[in-house]
Amino acid sequence: MSTTSNAIEESVGTAVSSPSGEATPRRGTLPRRSHTGRFTRETVTKVLFIVPAGLFLVLFFGYPVVKNITMSLQDYTTKTFFTGEAPWIGLANYATVLGSQLFTPALLNTVLFTIGSILGQFVIGLALAAFFKRRFPLNNLLRSLLLLPWLLPLIVASATWRSILDQDSGILNQFLGSVGIIQEPIPWLTSPDVALIAVIIVNIWIGIPFNVAILYGGLQDIPEELYEAGALDGATGWKAFRHITWPNLRPVVSVVLLLGVVYTIKVLDIILGLTNGGPANATQTLSTRSYQESFVNFEFGVGSAYSNVLILVSLLFAIIYLRANRRAVDE
Amino acid sequence: MKNYRLTTVLAMAGIATLALTSCSGGNGDSSGGDENALTILDYHNNEPDKTLFQTALDNCATEIGVTIERETVPSKDLMQKVLQQSSSKTLPDVLMLDNPYVKEIAETGALAPLSDYDVDISGFAKGILEAATYEGEVYGLAPVVNTLGLFYNIDLLAAAGVEPPTTWDELKTAAAVLTTGDQYGIAFTANATYETSWQFLPFMWTNGGDETDLMSAPVEEALQLWVDLVESGSASKSVVNWAQTDVKDQFVAGKAAMMINGPWQIPGLMETPDVKWGTVQVPVNKVDQTPIAPLGGDVWTVPVTGDDAKQAQAAKFVECLTSDDENQLSLAEALYTVPTKTALVDEYVAKVPSMAAFAEQVANARSRTGKLGGDWPEAATVMYTAIQLALTGEASVQEAFTQASAG
Repeated sequence: MSTTSNAIEESVGTAVSSPSGEATPRRGTLPRRSHTGRFTRETVTKVLFIVPAGLFLVLFFGYPVVKNITMSLQDYTTKTFFTGEAPWIGLANYATVLGSQLFTPALLNTVLFTIGSILGQFVIGLALAAFFKRRFPLNNLLRSLLLLPWLLPLIVASATWRSILDQDSGILNQFLGSVGIIQEPIPWLTSPDVALIAVIIVNIWIGIPFNVAILYGGLQDIPEELYEAGALDGATGWKAFRHITWPNLRPVVSVVLLLGVVYTIKVLDIILGLTNGGPANATQTLSTRSYQESFVNFEFGVGSAYSNVLILVSLLFAIIYLRANRRAVDE
Repeated sequence: MKNYRLTTVLAMAGIATLALTSCSGGNGDSSGGDENALTILDYHNNEPDKTLFQTALDNCATEIGVTIERETVPSKDLMQKVLQQSSSKTLPDVLMLDNPYVKEIAETGALAPLSDYDVDISGFAKGILEAATYEGEVYGLAPVVNTLGLFYNIDLLAAAGVEPPTTWDELKTAAAVLTTGDQYGIAFTANATYETSWQFLPFMWTNGGDETDLMSAPVEEALQLWVDLVESGSASKSVVNWAQTDVKDQFVAGKAAMMINGPWQIPGLMETPDVKWGTVQVPVNKVDQTPIAPLGGDVWTVPVTGDDAKQAQAAKFVECLTSDDENQLSLAEALYTVPTKTALVDEYVAKVPSMAAFAEQVANARSRTGKLGGDWPEAATVMYTAIQLALTGEASVQEAFTQASAG
């Protein structure tokens, strides 16, 4: 951030001073005192650069976040919409959330869902990215086909998966049964013990294109010479991956994983489409709880308390991401 | 300086909002003061219902001498739309609500009581008035209602030599006999939504159970019936993930010989004429019990918009739409629903015999929010959670409701 604003300052200084015929002043040696008029213009220019971004942040990030926090401290119900009255009730909504029997299972499910999804998406994504790095016929076509899950609306994807995973007539059980992998049909979405796994599998499928796209880009950036030099020293195959690919890919990996966490932790539509949090609350996560409290039970205060807990967790990862990113830039 | 900057930002934001709203407000001024131009909001956005209601709305507009501007949204978006509109004071002049939400919206103060405009509420079935009554005032009327019944596949039952069941015991036996190969005896909804609570109500109410006391023997017995049906294999374990539409699909595909469902599925069932079906009332536990079914249906209300002359016109419009005998009969016939005026039921059944099983029940039917009002969603959540706990074996029938209500 600091480097960017310096760069802007420099370029603005240059652009403004050039027409007057002066030699381009070096940074830090601008004769500030003798040209006061110019600085007001400079300041205006700077502000104009920042205002749109600032306005955007305030309107679309600042306001919802502040509103969400105030809402979580209010008794905000259907009545509030008409009367505009929402009594302050302190931390009562948070007490409701933390005291709910569903909070711990939902938190646990959120963690399992996030870790499971990220792990699956990343491992499969990396394997596919490494695979597509080789040259073979139809490589480009197959790679673009891989993006299809990304193009599909999530509602459509979850409706389709719901029929694929049906216990009696779902195509997945029919397939697994006909090749002899399973004897009894697996109750994908109907058993509380299996449903979370099924939801994670679907989310992995949805997340693979994102992982492949970014990791494939990262792999392209690793200079071929490194592999040639490594091959001379006997580093091929797995060794080459461990000592050349992985260290060079690290910055990309940290971006993929952290963005993945932030995207996954808030997943809602897939779970709603597949199980709606059931059976017997087995797939409730913090985001489904937040949605149901706000938009099914119309307890907007409790719902926003849930989403604030979720925001807090995401924030933690966002901070880790920013720090890791800064380190990567500094390197 | 800081404050100055903040006000500038706010002012700019204000200007931006104004600019945005002025774009969309193009037709706003035309309906502003004229009491004979009414706006209408409902959720019949799919055919054929959309056109059927448009005809009924147009007829009433002509009769009262008003022009109408109708907006339809998908049913799942209606409540959010209504809440948005009530906070921005842009509620329509005539608003349709699903009946379980009428009390909740009336409680906010957004609806005008119909007695203010001398709307005639005589002759309506008790249950539907109950659904629209809040603190002694009726806030809306429904021209037609629906309820639940048992659909059966005529050919499959005949082949197995089974009569349509009327009691729980008969239901269990029939379902067991009809379960062969990949065909289940019966299908119903037990997913994690209010649809499940709604489907459970006829069993629970008829057996003397009550939503105000879920931890009671009659409610447990009803749950035991569902558990027995699933555990014996007469109903698929997948019921915990089926919506009512999925249940209909199973029935149409011949994978369920009977189903619990409502008459709104009839247009869908008619698309596959080779599946011949009949309907009976939802079976009762003991022969001397009276079937008590839950009422479904849309209630038309008059929101408080602040323009009294317009609200009076809107009330007249609602009265025309809902209590006119001809309107009730034609809507009921077209939509496979039951007229809400009990006096019309016989005439209606004579015209549409396939609706007999549903029509008989409407006189005794109850509304979901009749006893609990705004607390119904909470009870409904406990109900579907308990049902899912019991059907998946996570809790025994005795513990299910205790465990579900702890959440």
